Order: sequence, then C-alpha cells, then structure tokens
Amino acid sequence: MAKMTIIQAITEGLRVALREDERVLVLGEDVGVNGGVFRATEGLQGEFGPHRVVDTPLAEAGIIGSSVGLAVNGMRPIPEIQFFGFIYPAMEQIVAHVSRVRMRSQGRFTCPMVIRAPYGAGIRAPELHGDSPEAFFVHQPGIKVVCPSNPYDAKGLLLASIDDPDPVLFLEPLRMYRAFREEVPEGRYTVELGKANVVKPGKDVSVFAWGTMLRVALEAAKAAAEKGVDVEVVDLRTLSPLDRETIAESVKKTGRAVVVHEAPKTAGLGAEIAAVIQDEAFLYLEAPVVRVAGYDTPQPLFSLEDIFAPDAKRILHGIDKAMNF
Amino acid sequence: MQPTEQQQPTATHETLSNELLLDMYRSMILVRHFDRRAVHLQRTGRLGTYAPLEGQEAAQVGCGYALDKRDWLFPTYREHGVSIVHGLPMSTIFLYWNGRPEGCVPPEGVNIFPVSVPIATQVPHAVGAAWASKLKGEDVVSVGFLGDGATSEGDFHEAMNFAGVFKLPVIIFCQNNGFAISVPLSKQTAVETLAEKAAGYGVEGVRVDGNDLLAVYETVKKAADKARRGEGPTFIEAVTYRYGSHTTADDHTRYREASEVEEWKAKDPIDRVKKILIERGVWSEEQDLAEWAKVDGDVQAAIDEMQATPSVAHDRLFDYAYAELPQDLIEQRDEVRRLYGNGGAK
Repeated sequence: MAKMTIIQAITEGLRVALREDERVLVLGEDVGVNGGVFRATEGLQGEFGPHRVVDTPLAEAGIIGSSVGLAVNGMRPIPEIQFFGFIYPAMEQIVAHVSRVRMRSQGRFTCPMVIRAPYGAGIRAPELHGDSPEAFFVHQPGIKVVCPSNPYDAKGLLLASIDDPDPVLFLEPLRMYRAFREEVPEGRYTVELGKANVVKPGKDVSVFAWGTMLRVALEAAKAAAEKGVDVEVVDLRTLSPLDRETIAESVKKTGRAVVVHEAPKTAGLGAEIAAVIQDEAFLYLEAPVVRVAGYDTPQPLFSLEDIFAPDAKRILHGIDKAMNF
Repeated sequence: MQPTEQQQPTATHETLSNELLLDMYRSMILVRHFDRRAVHLQRTGRLGTYAPLEGQEAAQVGCGYALDKRDWLFPTYREHGVSIVHGLPMSTIFLYWNGRPEGCVPPEGVNIFPVSVPIATQVPHAVGAAWASKLKGEDVVSVGFLGDGATSEGDFHEAMNFAGVFKLPVIIFCQNNGFAISVPLSKQTAVETLAEKAAGYGVEGVRVDGNDLLAVYETVKKAADKARRGEGPTFIEAVTYRYGSHTTADDHTRYREASEVEEWKAKDPIDRVKKILIERGVWSEEQDLAEWAKVDGDVQAAIDEMQATPSVAHDRLFDYAYAELPQDLIEQRDEVRRLYGNGGAK
C-alpha cells in the first residue's frame, strides 16, 4: 500500500472514477493542462483527454450551471471551484437548482455531481481564499456536504460522493493537502457518507471537528492528556447529513462537548451541533456545549489569520471551560 | 418600445405546406385560449399567480414546431406555448400554477426541464445538456429560453461564453417582449439589438420578427440543423410583445400606454397567419369559429383534469428531497404523519 498525502489520494480517487465510468468528467478553471492550482488533477488530462478533464472559462456560475445540464442529461460531472471562497457567484446555481432538481421534478430528473472545493485558511493566500462558508450549504436541503481530514478518508469519501445519486459538496482541507502521509489502498474503496469517526476515544470530554481543525483538535487532546484530561476526538466527516447518533453517543459517554470550526461562530455549524446535543443528550450534559470557532469578522487578510482560526491553545481553553464549569 | 419593422431573415412561407401551416395555426389558437383561460382561472381564485404569454404565440409555437421531439427545452415560467407544442400536457401546466408538484413532471420521453424561476439561471443548464449530447455523440439540440431582462444577468453571459467556447449544439432563444416586468429594453441595455451581443461570445446572433410565425419557424429550424451538424450555437432574438402584465400580480397599465399595446395588437401573430391561410384558400371564418370552439373543449378538459387531481399526499414533501431519506427527514416525515395524517390538501 502506498503512502499518500491528501491531495494525492484525491487525485487517485478522481483517476479511479474517470477510469471506471465514461460518464465522469472533471471540469473547472485550470484543472486541465495545469493540473489544478493545488495539482489535484495533475496528469489526469494527459491520461483521459481534454474532453474528460476540461479547462473551462473563468465562470463559477457557468461551471456549476452547465454541470446541472450535464448531470441531467446523463453525465457525472465533477466541477471544481478553485477556492471555497470563490463559490459565491455559483451560490444561486447550487441553492436554486443543484440541490432542488430531484425534488422539483419529483424524481423525474436528478442532478448527481460532486462539487470539489479546497477550503479554509492557513496558506497565506489573499482575501476570500481562506473562507469556510460550509454552514451556508449545510442549511440548504438537497445537497450533501462532505469534508475529509486524512488521505484514506479523502479517497474513500470522494468515491462514495461520486457514487451518490444526490449532489455532494466535497470540501478539501487545503492546509492539510500535503501536511502528512498515510497508507491509502489502491483501486476502489469507499467510506460511507453520513458517518462520523471516533478518531481518538476518551472518557472526559468530546471534541467535534472536521477537515483542518481535526488535526488541531488532536494536538489539543494531546496537550490535555498531559493535564490528565482524557479527550475523545470525533471527526464528523459528513457535515450534511450530520451523524446525530455518533455525536449523541459520544456526549452520553463523556458528558461534555466542545465543537471546533474555522468559520465564524455565529450561526455556524457549531450552533447546530450544540442543538443536536441538546436534543439527543441533554440529560447527560455536565456542562454547556462550548464552541471554539473563528471570530465573527470577515475572514481577515493573512497577517491576522492565525488569530482568527482556532489553534490548539484556544481549543485547550475550550476544553478547560467544559471541564471546569 | 416600437414595433420592429425590419428583421432578418424574412418569412418564406411559400415553401411551407398547407398542412403544417394549419397545424401551427391551430396550435397558436390553442395556446392563446389556454392562456386566456389561465388568466381567468387566476382571477376567479382557481389558480395561483400566473405569467401570461398572449402576444407571443408565434415566437413559441414557431420555435416548438422547428424542434424534434427528442430535443431538450429549458424554459422560463412563460413558455407554456412551446411546452404544449413539445408535448407537455396542459393539465400539467395548470397543476404547476396551482402550486402542485406534479406540475413540474413532464411525461417520460418529453424532454422539458421544470420551469426556472430565477432569471437566466436555466441558460447554463441548456448549455450543459447540449454539452452532454455532444459528448455522447447524439444529434440532439438543447434550447434555453429567456426574456430580454435576463440578458442583463451574469448567468446569461457565462452560458453564452461556454456555448461559444465549446461550440455546443444549443440554441439560446430570447423572446424580447420589450419589458422586464416594468423596465423597458431601453433601460435594460445600451445596445440597440440583443442579437448583437452574441458576437461578443463568438456565437451567431440572429434577430427575427417574433410575431412572424414562419420567420421564427425557419430561423429556429436553421439553427437546429446547424447545431445537429456540429456547427455550434445560435442566439436568437425574437422581437415580440406581451399584451398583458408580467404576471397576474402586476398591472401593466402603470408603465405602458394603451396606445402602445394597441399598436402591437395591430401586428397580432395569429391574425397574420389566418390571413395567409385564407389567402391560400385553405381556411375560412366558419372553420375559424369551429376551431375556437374545439380548443375550448380541449382546454376545459385539461382544467377538469387539474381539478379532479386527488389531494397531494403529505409524504411528497419529503419523498424527493434526497434519493434516500436521511434519518432527520424520516423523523420529520413521521411527525407530519402523526399530526396531520397523509391525506393532504389541494
């Protein structure tokens, strides 16, 4: 088994899908000759040709809107939005059409597509390149939102997303793209959508995170262990639909919860997860649910991004708050 | 907006058979009667808000007849005429305006996408469907419909650009009816004709008299044939006029002079074809009267069908949100069943 980075695992996933299914095509800005600005599609145009891996004009609504027509007419498009923060021009297409085609047409037409978007801050990119607006899409029924945090899941969740009969927004933690390697099986395998993963079992407090923040949460858990606190770290993996059961089971075990995300705190996914915990495990709680999140400012220029996004110190502070209520 | 005097190409109706011309004429009458009945049904509280098309019958029927059954249509909320011609049952359209989910479901084999409410967003869909046809090697054409106001939206420009860059078998068909709700074309764009915008995308732009059935038919047929040959997209500006309001919730007398409407009515698309048919000796006033009576029966049957449609089951709220219901939605559906049963209301 080869050791791969997240980005290599994603490329492998795309390669498997392109090889197995003629209906699959990858499209977006710079995905062809250039292999994507992060090289996620490196080598794919050479292998599958310019009609399967397509450089499009610079037009996010056009990329997603034409993917609707492609999907409805029998193809399996995988459009790439270069950075998640550039998805806003395509927001209308996603909210008004991609997510509604099945329900609007009562199943007569469907819109299976996987919208890939690198998300999050931490690479010193310009404004808007570091946004984490996942809550906008979790709020929209009809589209699933998936966010892997490691190479194995990245490939398995990507292939499961491509197989899924519904549209999926697939968020790639760009700061983690090349941060570490893990063994990734060759060929096809899938990781089921809608299932969270208890990455590190613990008995004192549950920390819920996804994507980039998962690694930071593990770092905080390690620091907490040195202070004698046994943290359970749960990787949500799928943000919509949420795995309510795993979230509740974890809180029932530990009695305390900390939710971590990069996006601003107010009305972020942390609020929803806190509500899920209240719905499902209220009587098990020993302390209020703590949210450790980005601050309620627009995503700043990069000189300030390190204080905007939670780090291990801030998560540790959140853990202390939950433990010492 | 003034009626347009000179548009290309000119009608060549001499080449059309009496049979086809009569058929199209009957469809225009059907569409007009359908439209008038729909407005009336809204006024009497039996339909929700409705978007009338009266005055645009030539543009829609001519376009519909120029296409093949297997072609794809991506309509706005005003394309009832071309949709009927393409095979969408009138009862389905009535159900849509009655707020029923069945109104978005064309019969199998009828390639009409559900109505798009946000402006211009359906044009990239037509482009994508045409792209899929090209990749699959089918000689099928996709048609994206839009109005004049939609040419100001970003999605229109992105779609035109994709169509040109990828040389797709798509027709982008604009019915320029002069107004985007109340805003006239002169305040919508600084160019004189919409057709000229196509040049900016390497797309052929054609302006046609949208009240001339034969000119529209020939223009669309030519564009469709070109698309099937793999020679790329066409943008068609059919210049026409809506006699009524934007929707039944709007009052067009606030922004238009009655004289302007009358001026356009003098160029009525149905009268023009009737005149040709009578000149050809294949139609008479008596036949005309009989035809209006006949279509009244057809439209009434569709209205009866709408009204006889059983209540929508509450489960339909949940059934098609996803291919497989997530646990949350199962619980929400069960709550509805518990509280309200599964009967539903009309």
